[in-house]
Amino acid sequence: MGGETTAAIGNISCQVETGEFVSFVGPSGCGKTTLLMSIAGLIAPTAGKILVKGRAINGPPPNLVLVFQEFNKSLFAWRSVLGNVLFGLDARGKKLRESEGKAKTLIELVGLKGFESHYPWELSGGMQQRVAIARALAYEPEVLLMDEPFGSLDALTRLELEDTLLRLWEELGTTILFITHDIEEAIYLSDRIWVLSRRPSEIIEELWIDFPRPRHQVTTRAEGRFMEIRNQIYKQISNENTA
Amino acid sequence: MNGSEKFNWTGWLVFGLFLLLWECGSRASPKLQLYIPPVSQIVVALSHLIVSGQVTTHLLTTLRRFLEGYLLAAAIAVTVGVALGYFRFAHSLTEMLIEFLRPMPSVAIIPVAILLLGIGDAMIVAVTVYASTWPILVNTIDGVRHIERTLIDTGRTFGLARRRILWQIVLPAAAPYIVTGLRVSLSIALILVTTAEMIAGSKGLGFFILDEERSLQSSNMYAGIILVAVLGYLLNRLFLALEEKAMKWRRGMVAREAI
Amino acid sequence: MASRHGCAGSNLNMRDSKLNGVFFLLALLLVWELAVRAEWVNPLIVPAVSKIVGTFSELFWSGQIPVQILASLKRAAVGYALAAAVFIPLGIFMALFDNIRRALEVTVEMLRPIPPPVVIPAAMLFFGLEDEMKIFVIFFSCAWPILLNTLDGVRNIDRVLLHTARTFGLPQRKIIWQVILPASSPQIMTGLRVSLPIMLILVVISEMVGSTDGIGYFILDAQRRFRVAQMYAGMLALAILGYVLNQLFNLAHRSLLPWHWGMLQKKDEG
Repeated sequence: MGGETTAAIGNISCQVETGEFVSFVGPSGCGKTTLLMSIAGLIAPTAGKILVKGRAINGPPPNLVLVFQEFNKSLFAWRSVLGNVLFGLDARGKKLRESEGKAKTLIELVGLKGFESHYPWELSGGMQQRVAIARALAYEPEVLLMDEPFGSLDALTRLELEDTLLRLWEELGTTILFITHDIEEAIYLSDRIWVLSRRPSEIIEELWIDFPRPRHQVTTRAEGRFMEIRNQIYKQISNENTA
Repeated sequence: MNGSEKFNWTGWLVFGLFLLLWECGSRASPKLQLYIPPVSQIVVALSHLIVSGQVTTHLLTTLRRFLEGYLLAAAIAVTVGVALGYFRFAHSLTEMLIEFLRPMPSVAIIPVAILLLGIGDAMIVAVTVYASTWPILVNTIDGVRHIERTLIDTGRTFGLARRRILWQIVLPAAAPYIVTGLRVSLSIALILVTTAEMIAGSKGLGFFILDEERSLQSSNMYAGIILVAVLGYLLNRLFLALEEKAMKWRRGMVAREAI
Repeated sequence: MASRHGCAGSNLNMRDSKLNGVFFLLALLLVWELAVRAEWVNPLIVPAVSKIVGTFSELFWSGQIPVQILASLKRAAVGYALAAAVFIPLGIFMALFDNIRRALEVTVEMLRPIPPPVVIPAAMLFFGLEDEMKIFVIFFSCAWPILLNTLDGVRNIDRVLLHTARTFGLPQRKIIWQVILPASSPQIMTGLRVSLPIMLILVVISEMVGSTDGIGYFILDAQRRFRVAQMYAGMLALAILGYVLNQLFNLAHRSLLPWHWGMLQKKDEG
């Protein structure tokens, strides 16, 4: 990716390797969502440009998909779980006949086997977000962008979904760009973390997270290094908040 | 539709074009002129009617019947609605009755009313009351029933007498619903008055419009239609203005009590 | 206070029971019947319930009432369908293209305050007492609820939903068909639902003012000829028609928008 500037975002230039899991953390209002929406091609930058694979984008790039925080507003209420996932496949151009099997596999992968014919309103928040993730993965994106996807969920559901996401990521190998305000979540999930300053945001720190995979909610988080990194990031963000 | 943006030039232009087309189209074909007189002719007829006072009696008659019917309906419907909404037993009794009467269009009551009350003011006001009661009643019941139990319990914890609970908690809480019902009934009342006047009246704007149609005085007829539309529009605006005032008063009341 | 009996119990609370309503209704009808028989009420003006039901039955099975109902339904349905066919697409266009909305806004706001019944004499000038007159009146009356609800439904679509469609790379045309239309369908449905009683009311009014058949005409005509029992029978038929149309609409709602129907049921219970 190249560099870009907006009122919310300062100079940001970073490179993501294929198959990596990277996260952005930063103080509230630092423009994380703006950044992600710009990368997704949903917002046009007022200055500068966004380069994906070296080419400037103009609208949503075909190999990227964004998963939103507000899953209840993003899912298609008129389609069943299966229907929503099929939408992702259809958007990819897959024919209906071959799609159904793939969709069911994905639904099983996110842990919703048996709920294929349910409508979103019948599902809990965590389940709805799983559907949104399955739908996004059905599109077979090279890069999955996630905007605080677990932010609206309760703590326990969040942990469940973190593990589900990691499982999916390990299985499918998609590159993931993750935004969260939850520092520990970022550390738990990622290979690399970028800490953003407040507006106009720039990268103030880049951290490599080399805890062994697969990660585990108890053991990984119990590692001494985990808390060190967490405190380091926390201090930086606090500084940004008070600065 | 919002009016908060800048003045809608396009909209007025298009409307003006529409009127222009009307005017020219009408003048172009003398045969058409009987059915749709040119706009200018209608405007002339309208001003003549107003200035000469020809239409004043009709206008005032319709307005009077409207007010009598609407206000009576409001008084009845809110009272009964609050009672039915508050006392669950009473509601369970009447729920089915209401469910059965609602689907019948209120206008069907007009022939019965004619039978009972003949043709004239009493009949017209009666059917207006009947029709206007429903939206207010249903909305009031809804509003009162949906009041959070906690609100009423709070009042009882403070040892408030039933009447005070009614005035200070129930009515304000249900007010938005009641107001919705009142607003819907506004249009219904006007519709019923004009309809009853058309079917069996000898005065009033409804009668006037139909009468002019029968005598093929199309310009006067359209003028009458415009008059009714303007009347309805003004009544609506008046309602909104009163509603705003009432809301301000309510806010003031709540604020004062907080002190 | 409401109490729940275990898990599967229906609410047996005396104060809420639906049976109360049934008994009350029957009691009222009984009082009515007795009052007429005892001649406390003039039977020439308010016939006994039994007489009304009897007359209704007679007229129904002889086909007299069904004929009138069908005549009314025919006009009502055409007017309603035309209004839907014209104003749903118009509403969508107006919502999608701001210029079109602003261009038509003034004209709509000018026509909207006209109470539908007063349009009848104008329609009579053009169409006489024919079906077209009623169809036009119904078309005009149902226009605004359908148009405004459709407009609102499309304009109120959440931005997240549109962003979602775009992130999946959907072209504009597909976004309209696959996302905008389904997402606004509940509110479009509301517009259609609100227009249903309006349709019924206006067909009755237009038949009372200018017609030679139809259920509205039937009721008024019965009154003019002092065939009082017939008049009430006609009103009963009308009430039943209103009820049936409502149920049919619910059925349509359930089959066309099963997902929305389910949501509404859940909201009622919750």
